[in-house]
Amino acid sequence: MAKRVVIDPITRIEGHLRVEVVLDENNVIKDAYSSATLWRGIEVILKGRDPRDAGFMTQRICGVCTYSHYKAGIMAVENALGIEPPLNAKLTRSLMNMALFFHDHMVHFYQLHGLDWVDIISALKADPKKASEEAFKYVPKGYNPIATGEDELREVQKRVAKFAEKGDLGPFKNAYFGHKTMKFTPEQNLIALSHYLKTLEIQRIAAQAMAIFGGKNPHPQSLTVGGVTCTMDLQDPSRLGEYLQKFQILADYANRAYYADLAMAAEAFRNEPSVTQKTNLGNFLTYREHQVGANKWLFDACGYIKNHDLSKFYEIDESKIEEDVTHSWYKDTGFRHPYDGETVPEYTGYVDGKSIDGKGNEVDTKLANPNGKYSWVKSPRYDREPMEVGPLACMVVNYAKGNEKVRKVVDEFLAQTGLPAEALFTVLGRTAARMLQTKVIADYGLEAFNNLVENLKSDKSTVAPYKIDPNKEYKGRYIGDVPRGMLSHWCRIKNGKIENWQAVVPSTWNAGPADGNGKKGAYEANLIGMKLADPTKPLEVIRSIHSYDPCIACAVHVMDVKGKKLGEFKVDPLYGAC
Amino acid sequence: MNEATIAKIKERLASLRKLPGIGEKSVAQVLEEHGFTRRDFLKWSAAMAVMLGLPTKFSPLIAEAAEVSDRLPVVWLHLAECTGCSESLIRNDSPTIDNIIFNFINLQYHDTIMAAAGWQAEENYEEALEKFAGRFVLCVEGGVPTKDGGEFLTIGPNAETGLEKLKRTAAKAAAVISVGTCSSFGGIQAAAPNPTGVKGVYQVINKPVINVPGCPPSAKNIVGTILYVILFGALPAVDNFNRPKFAYGLRIHDLCERRGHFDAGEFVEQFGDNGAENGFCLYKVGCKGPYTFNNCSRERFNQHTSWPVQAGHGCIGCSEPDFWDSMAPYEEPLANHKFASASVDATADKVGATILTVAGVAIVAHAALSAIKNPKE
Repeated sequence: MAKRVVIDPITRIEGHLRVEVVLDENNVIKDAYSSATLWRGIEVILKGRDPRDAGFMTQRICGVCTYSHYKAGIMAVENALGIEPPLNAKLTRSLMNMALFFHDHMVHFYQLHGLDWVDIISALKADPKKASEEAFKYVPKGYNPIATGEDELREVQKRVAKFAEKGDLGPFKNAYFGHKTMKFTPEQNLIALSHYLKTLEIQRIAAQAMAIFGGKNPHPQSLTVGGVTCTMDLQDPSRLGEYLQKFQILADYANRAYYADLAMAAEAFRNEPSVTQKTNLGNFLTYREHQVGANKWLFDACGYIKNHDLSKFYEIDESKIEEDVTHSWYKDTGFRHPYDGETVPEYTGYVDGKSIDGKGNEVDTKLANPNGKYSWVKSPRYDREPMEVGPLACMVVNYAKGNEKVRKVVDEFLAQTGLPAEALFTVLGRTAARMLQTKVIADYGLEAFNNLVENLKSDKSTVAPYKIDPNKEYKGRYIGDVPRGMLSHWCRIKNGKIENWQAVVPSTWNAGPADGNGKKGAYEANLIGMKLADPTKPLEVIRSIHSYDPCIACAVHVMDVKGKKLGEFKVDPLYGAC
Repeated sequence: MNEATIAKIKERLASLRKLPGIGEKSVAQVLEEHGFTRRDFLKWSAAMAVMLGLPTKFSPLIAEAAEVSDRLPVVWLHLAECTGCSESLIRNDSPTIDNIIFNFINLQYHDTIMAAAGWQAEENYEEALEKFAGRFVLCVEGGVPTKDGGEFLTIGPNAETGLEKLKRTAAKAAAVISVGTCSSFGGIQAAAPNPTGVKGVYQVINKPVINVPGCPPSAKNIVGTILYVILFGALPAVDNFNRPKFAYGLRIHDLCERRGHFDAGEFVEQFGDNGAENGFCLYKVGCKGPYTFNNCSRERFNQHTSWPVQAGHGCIGCSEPDFWDSMAPYEEPLANHKFASASVDATADKVGATILTVAGVAIVAHAALSAIKNPKE
């Protein structure tokens, strides 16, 4: 008989998310429902405001990818007004963005996702000497491991042992330690645990790297429509030096800890089906990001692949992006392009039902209504197909397009771990892709810094002048690839005010419910077929969901009460179709 | 601050010592293990005393409070928010040490950090509420959706609304701290037209609430407030918006590094101009520092790396109620603003007003020169 397991809250994410799975008698997932449980309505708040303010407000969509929506909000307006910021501004924005990626990906892997892979209690049984030797196995060629000396590991162990002896584990209480799908040896757990603690230090450096040009982090405050305001910092060589130094520390850590730990996970978990099962959704969509030169991007693909096929790359056609709300708590409007978006909240709640609880009892609970609406997230589709977005999409689509930098790091990682390319299309591959994306930035990102320094020799400009004509109508968009995947913001300006604003965010692509054609989004699709070792401890589900790095506040932004037809979309020639 | 206060604090600390902690080690011991000497620790305590606006003779008491800080159970609830406040806390303003304080408070529930999920997370929550009833500090991040019964946010397998959960939890808390502008005053989602009816925590519960606004607030202000609760067993002195005076007693403008340029009448007229290159005052490109109470200009962010004004952008007023509506547009001067508003705490205002006497005249003068536009008109 089918059993339902409700998991609410999904913790260690940004925002409020519930996931429900339906199990058969063998505890294999037959169906899944992803439900976002908060709606904030930021776009409706944007209407009627000064377009120059949009970036500050869109930034508050998320405090984790704290810079992504800021930059998007500013650049959508620039695109609408036809402004080209000076190269200095573009490259400075890239430097801040790279700091964000370091921060976001490392904190995700160690602090948020890490506890799905690492058994802290098991680490206590490790032999620190053996662990210290083992750490050398996983670093890339030419590097030595970091924070895994025998003495350091011994200290980590002592510290955590004291903690574990107490009855109250505080934030680590009631975790799924000892779960059957935890595959690290005690020594490997100890290595990862040491990096868990070390990353707390490293992430502060990443935040500082952004704050040098951003003023603060989270929520930096140095972008303006037309450029950047950190004019003085850019003219101060010591400030540039600070950034360079911090970048190097982060890049070093990416190689010596982050890369190494993923190589270690690839070895330890290679025979665990719940993380090596091929994804059910084979479509991946991405957009260019990280400008490193006048006309050069680290990830330059703007397109997608279909059916896990790495041999064919397709260019994106922006007019094929749509959103559907059949199963979302909004008045149904069918599929709509973001420029024509209409969103009227229509909450219908959950239905009464039963779930297996944490003790194995079947208890009364609330359930998503599979025939009705069950989430505040919309369902974006490309050409009516669900797509996965995120670092995995970035890596595989750029790989398919022939991006040399991406090919190099992916091929090296696969060679080192002995995994086939197919292994990318898994929970493990998705987590590894986030690291590989970081490695590309670590290895090649300084090109932006060098070009900035070069350009500053002859060009000091940081802001392009512009004027907003109240008698003119404007429309424009930003599309890019932020830490969680492809992000787009679409705006229209009239009478000098924001007439309409829509954001189609990465977590919406991945976390959205089924659409009107019954096609499921990435979270739901990829849980199906996964077997749970113990339904009272659904670690496999949590690990799978965390592998997308959910950011639900981003996903529940969406709102446009009036939703007028905005006419034909035309790509601005300034930004081109890439 | 007299001897009686000190005696009261000592009594409070003695009672805290009797409570069970999460570890046997004191924070000072843990610090030593991480290469911090006792001397470093005392130095930090003295710095915290200064930040909290206490005479230095209080610093030994702060050290003592930090040592028993793991006795303070904390439950952290996320409502309508973006997690920026938690992120700020994780970044930390004072390197390492605040982080250790953070780790060594008895953090019972925090859904961005905790290992447990789903049923197990719920169990932790209910257990903390029972076990530490009347003793835990509730930190709330995010505004409270109230429209249509608060249906815009539900948490947990029984789909309890955020509003219900907050009320239930607050009823058992010893103290309630609103971390950030959203939980303090509603924040971005409460900006006009406030489609989900979001309110600040203090507007929906019947208990004193201390507001630590900012979007996000600096980690120092969060930690400082928690430390105050440990130290005094009470909430710190606050202004009319329930903000701790030690952090929100002065305007950004009062201690701004560009203040000299303001007084000299040297302004950035447009971002990227000569004035910007020379670090002139940002008032004319919209700085809301003269109207905003916070310590950013003194404490800065990310281990003193920078703050918005240093990065060339004016303050947007993020620790003030309704700033999303009242301070916009953020890149234009807010000329006719009530910088001596009746709603601002009288004492803080008196201090600020004195400092601003000259500045006020200058602001009015500039106001006359600037076209004033209201974004929502």
